[in-house]
Amino acid sequence: MRAIYRKELRSYFINPIGYIYLGVFLVSAAVLFYFTVLGNATYSTASYFTLLVGALTILIPLLTMRLFAEEKKLRTEQLLLTAPVTLTGMVLGKYFAALTVFGAGVLASVINFIPLYVIASAERADEAELFQSTLGPVTGEIFGGLIALLLVGAALIAVGTFISSLTENQLSAAVISIAVIGAMTLIGLLTGITDADGQPWIRFAWIRAVLNWISVLGRFGSFTNGIFDFAAIFYYLSLAFVFLFLTIRIYEKRRWG
Amino acid sequence: MIRIEHLTKNYGSVCALDDVSFTAEKGEIVGLLGPNGAGKSTAMNILTGYLSSTSGKALIGGVDILSDPLQAKKMIGYLPEQPPLYLDMTVWEYLNFCYELKGCRMDREKHLKEICDTVRLGEVSGRLIRHLSKGYRQRVGIAQAMVGDPKVMIFDEPTVGLDPKQIIEVRNLIRGLGKAHTVILSTHLLSEVQAVCDRIVIINQGRIVANEKTERIANVVSGNRRFRAKICGPQATVLQTLLDMPGILRAEALPERDGDASVYAVETEQGVDIRKKLFYLLAERGWALVGLEASGVDLEDVFLSVVDSSEQSGAKRAPRSARKTRKGKETAEQTLGEALYEEAARRRKEAAAEKSEED
Repeated sequence: MRAIYRKELRSYFINPIGYIYLGVFLVSAAVLFYFTVLGNATYSTASYFTLLVGALTILIPLLTMRLFAEEKKLRTEQLLLTAPVTLTGMVLGKYFAALTVFGAGVLASVINFIPLYVIASAERADEAELFQSTLGPVTGEIFGGLIALLLVGAALIAVGTFISSLTENQLSAAVISIAVIGAMTLIGLLTGITDADGQPWIRFAWIRAVLNWISVLGRFGSFTNGIFDFAAIFYYLSLAFVFLFLTIRIYEKRRWG
Repeated sequence: MIRIEHLTKNYGSVCALDDVSFTAEKGEIVGLLGPNGAGKSTAMNILTGYLSSTSGKALIGGVDILSDPLQAKKMIGYLPEQPPLYLDMTVWEYLNFCYELKGCRMDREKHLKEICDTVRLGEVSGRLIRHLSKGYRQRVGIAQAMVGDPKVMIFDEPTVGLDPKQIIEVRNLIRGLGKAHTVILSTHLLSEVQAVCDRIVIINQGRIVANEKTERIANVVSGNRRFRAKICGPQATVLQTLLDMPGILRAEALPERDGDASVYAVETEQGVDIRKKLFYLLAERGWALVGLEASGVDLEDVFLSVVDSSEQSGAKRAPRSARKTRKGKETAEQTLGEALYEEAARRRKEAAAEKSEED
């Protein structure tokens, strides 16, 4: 597993894809940060994180599209599958490599928050006596957002990994992943649509509840408000687990095919 | 070392392997021979744990590849039909990756250096695999199979796409490996199995149609039992004379000429050397013998006859060889050589007859 993890991690950076991913991720994070936080002159980061999850819809497939599709196309998977490595080890090695690159991006995006603290200290100096307790970003909220981002990434990377194992073609892996991940993140928005009378577009409350329940974004809110939601953590981790499990099953089934 | 028992593999309704069994001992090189699509690669993929069999067992060193894949795979080095190379790695990086992947515990630097020397990759070890030619890539694939010094090495068509010099190198390499390892290689080239293998297993349409020591097949081929004689003289009389000669089983005039000489195919009894007698006999009659060469049965004939006979074995005009191979393995092995030979002769005759009809 370690060998595959290291190989996969290396291949992100001997191919342009790792740099492209990190570049696009950091640029979009910075742009989103500018428009949602700095541009609005607010310390609230909730909409920054929410929109960043939306951007992941397109970015995560960049990371995951080649994981298995490429190996299948070049027949290199034969090397991995005939080596003394378990299927679980192989899948996890690849998964954690993608997760590491993703985590590195999230970590690097932390520099976005520096201006917030700089501005806050400047404002505090100006109006020290009056607003000291209320000025400045809420560190807890930022931490919550970052952790939530990592969790959502972990779940979505598992989805992308699974889709990559279904096809030989990187491009179709990417397109299908974007569609599926997009649906998973945005499905919750349907519940918010209202018609002219202000009635919800989806009439049945239980359907709205179900949609909200499956929606990846639906559980994101509490983190960005600084609440540590264990049910959501469990949800994201089990999502990752289910899709990794399915990937392993795909390989098992192919062997018997 | 390798034991395959009643292996069957179905892809849906298509049967790729049908009750295949054979074994390979330590230090033995076994050649799987068969036309394209015969099931060679399927057999190898099952043996290496890449595919699962529908039924039957594959044991590597006594370990079942299905029930304990990790242990079994540790003993195998495998070169698939298309070498599994990461084009964006250098040769050295790739071999290091294979070393880690296989979880080897050796003196890494020394071991990989040795392998590079053996397959002569030294001078390209720092190059990207993407930039290597087909021959070099094939060698990297072979090097990969050798990493970790596995007891069993399995090569799927190792010489495809190589130039003649490289083919000889690879064959020598495999022969060398065969001394201390168990090697299985597949090919559709008869000369290759003959050059390299100790035993030949012929597969056609998913079935084993022959499993024979190489010498036995080679004996049939190289035994001087068949000659082409070029004799000047009246064709019919010469032919009758040949047929009447003791030691000659059969003779026929071939539809070709060399100057004023007719060409005859002559077949002798085993162990009888008729060449001198033939020369004096012809001299006595005043017919000039302008050419005499042993033609043997070439391997293509052997191969085609075995394969064909297995295909027709259900049909009414099933040739003897086919019936024999169906009697049981032992008799089949004993008589296979003769059957092959007869079969090839028959085919040749038919071909000649057709040709003369056309003329």
